[in-house]
Amino acid sequence: MEELMLKIDNVSKLYKLGQIGRTTLRDELQRFSARLHGREDPTKKIGAKTYKIGETFLALDGVSFEVRKGERVGIIGHNGAGKSTLLKLISRITAPTAGMIGLNGRVASMLEVGTGFHGELTGRENVYLNGAIMGMTKREIDDKIEDIIEFSEVRQFIDTPVKRYSSGMYVKLAFSVAAHLDAEIMIMDEILAVGDMAFQKKCLEKMNDVSKNEGRTVLYVSHNMNTIRELCDRVIVLDHGKVVFDGSVEDGIEVYSGQRKEGSWRVDYKLAPELRLWNGRITRMRSAEFLNQSCCQTEPDRIRLKVCWESDTVVKDICLRLEFSKSDGTKIGAACGFGIDKGEHRQNGEATVVLDASSLVSGRYETIINLFTVNEFGSHKNLDCVRGPDIELVGGRSDIVWNARKWGSVRFPDMVTE
Amino acid sequence: MRKTTNETGSFKTIITAEHRLLDLHLRETFQYRDLIFLFVKRNFTSLYKQTILGPLWAIIQPLLTTVVFTVIFGNLAKLTTADIPGDHAVPGFLFYMAGNICWSYFSSTLQATSNTFVVNRGTMGKVYYPRLVSPIATAFSNLISFGIQLVMFFTIWAIYYFTGGTSIRLTPLLLMLPLLVLQMIVVSVGVGIIVSSVTTKYRDLAMLVGFGLQLWHYACPVAYGLQLVPEKWKTLYMLNPVTPIITTFRYSAFGFGYFDIRDYLVSWAVSLAVFFIGLVLFSRIERTFMDTI
Repeated sequence: MEELMLKIDNVSKLYKLGQIGRTTLRDELQRFSARLHGREDPTKKIGAKTYKIGETFLALDGVSFEVRKGERVGIIGHNGAGKSTLLKLISRITAPTAGMIGLNGRVASMLEVGTGFHGELTGRENVYLNGAIMGMTKREIDDKIEDIIEFSEVRQFIDTPVKRYSSGMYVKLAFSVAAHLDAEIMIMDEILAVGDMAFQKKCLEKMNDVSKNEGRTVLYVSHNMNTIRELCDRVIVLDHGKVVFDGSVEDGIEVYSGQRKEGSWRVDYKLAPELRLWNGRITRMRSAEFLNQSCCQTEPDRIRLKVCWESDTVVKDICLRLEFSKSDGTKIGAACGFGIDKGEHRQNGEATVVLDASSLVSGRYETIINLFTVNEFGSHKNLDCVRGPDIELVGGRSDIVWNARKWGSVRFPDMVTE
Repeated sequence: MRKTTNETGSFKTIITAEHRLLDLHLRETFQYRDLIFLFVKRNFTSLYKQTILGPLWAIIQPLLTTVVFTVIFGNLAKLTTADIPGDHAVPGFLFYMAGNICWSYFSSTLQATSNTFVVNRGTMGKVYYPRLVSPIATAFSNLISFGIQLVMFFTIWAIYYFTGGTSIRLTPLLLMLPLLVLQMIVVSVGVGIIVSSVTTKYRDLAMLVGFGLQLWHYACPVAYGLQLVPEKWKTLYMLNPVTPIITTFRYSAFGFGYFDIRDYLVSWAVSLAVFFIGLVLFSRIERTFMDTI
């Protein structure tokens, strides 16, 4: 087993609610005297929500986990789940309320690129300053300055004050310093979204390189599941200050996306109004269901979808669109069904459509179902739009292992030689 | 779900909720000496960027203050410029300048370090480095302008010395100067970090600093000689750690003046005590100041 690099042991962080830090000595004295005389707090804003003395908020609640050398751990969770607080504790910006954090090596925290950059200094001077803030000594920076300048692609301007840089050049230089840190533990908070596309790709490759080849440990916080997939080999999901999942990347992302809801193959929109994405005023979806399911799974070449709808007036020639996307929101594609009411023109109706989606590779997909009509000019008018049941495609071809992460989720029919 | 092991490991760094009173991060601060140097360089470069006179500004300010002091306190109010009884003749201009450059280092360093947390919260909120690096770098940055002023002072000193008519003389006492500078750093940083620690919660004190310094100025023999202080108040008066710094500076620069080894040692004790209290407070606050600032 690799060496233990980081141990988080039952760590909690408590914040006081209400106004903190904006108090003055005078207010505090007034408040104190009011309490003595049993009067109302005179410094309180009228109508403000009051917090009792000692009312607190647990940003982290007994978090424990361990990270070993060379691991690349993604930390995901909704806003307010405690990700940033955790990173702040590990990078020693603030101290925990309880628990222990053990670190085996230097920590480079990149919670922001270009911390401490000063506009009046030149690019080169800022590299030294920023590197020193991150804990490098001057000699270490001397050794790396050429690599840093080369990586940043701003060699031409390196002796110009950074206040004259474009914002792109600025972040490129800043990231380059961070990427060349010599720390054993790297902490990153969604900073890879810097620079243009080419530079982003370069950053990801660099991070992959330092963790795989140099055995660094990486903690990475992001809301972008694609970069998590690309960079991490383990995921920790935080929710309301607690670790709710710790394990493989794909499973973690599914937990985060809230996908593990069983029995979601049929949706009744009266019972689940939150799945309505659009407020259909005349026509509304009543239910949607994937038929042909064996154990919640479907063969991709014959997907059968049954939909029911109701309408206040008679609507002619209702059409349906079924859209597929991945759990992180990446759109895959869509299929349309025209005239699904077969010219019956009723107010309420139901229809079952069949789709051959054998180009889609196995996996779990989210769906969106859209009812619409098309006029004689070809422009369409939405009637209703809902989130459909999720679908898991299995089977299909097994001649090669399809790497959906790199090649995409659509497999076209095989090419043939002429 | 992975389970954590009971492996404790021998961690190089351990962060816990408890804070030991004497955990002052001094060794760590020393490891970051390159950063101190780079901060000093940054402060100096950014201060005089895009000014025509550059570091000359460091001379102009004490020079003008000294002229004003010479006119008002010397010529109009006719306050004594003698620290000890006797008829040692010291040029008023030189006397006021000695006090002024010491005081201006002290007050500017105190003022700058008392803002440490508020000014640096952007950087400190994003990355960890020993927080003490910032006030120390500030003290060293101010040393640059103090050095320039010192050169000016001794240039004028030399002019008076060679034109004659005064009692100032060159003595080995001048070797005390480094010790005085060190004490100046200790006192101003000490008071500064105490104020900065308290202002993370109460901003009132930041308001008080400017005003307090003005009052403190009158409690130091900058605009008048020590002879003006009644004998019965002298013990109390000498407890102000800035007073012996200024009188001893004049003593070592002029070759005569007030020097009492007991007063001097007491002032060192007071300086070190203030500095130590500052360190303890500072290291206590620095752990969680980001939550309250």
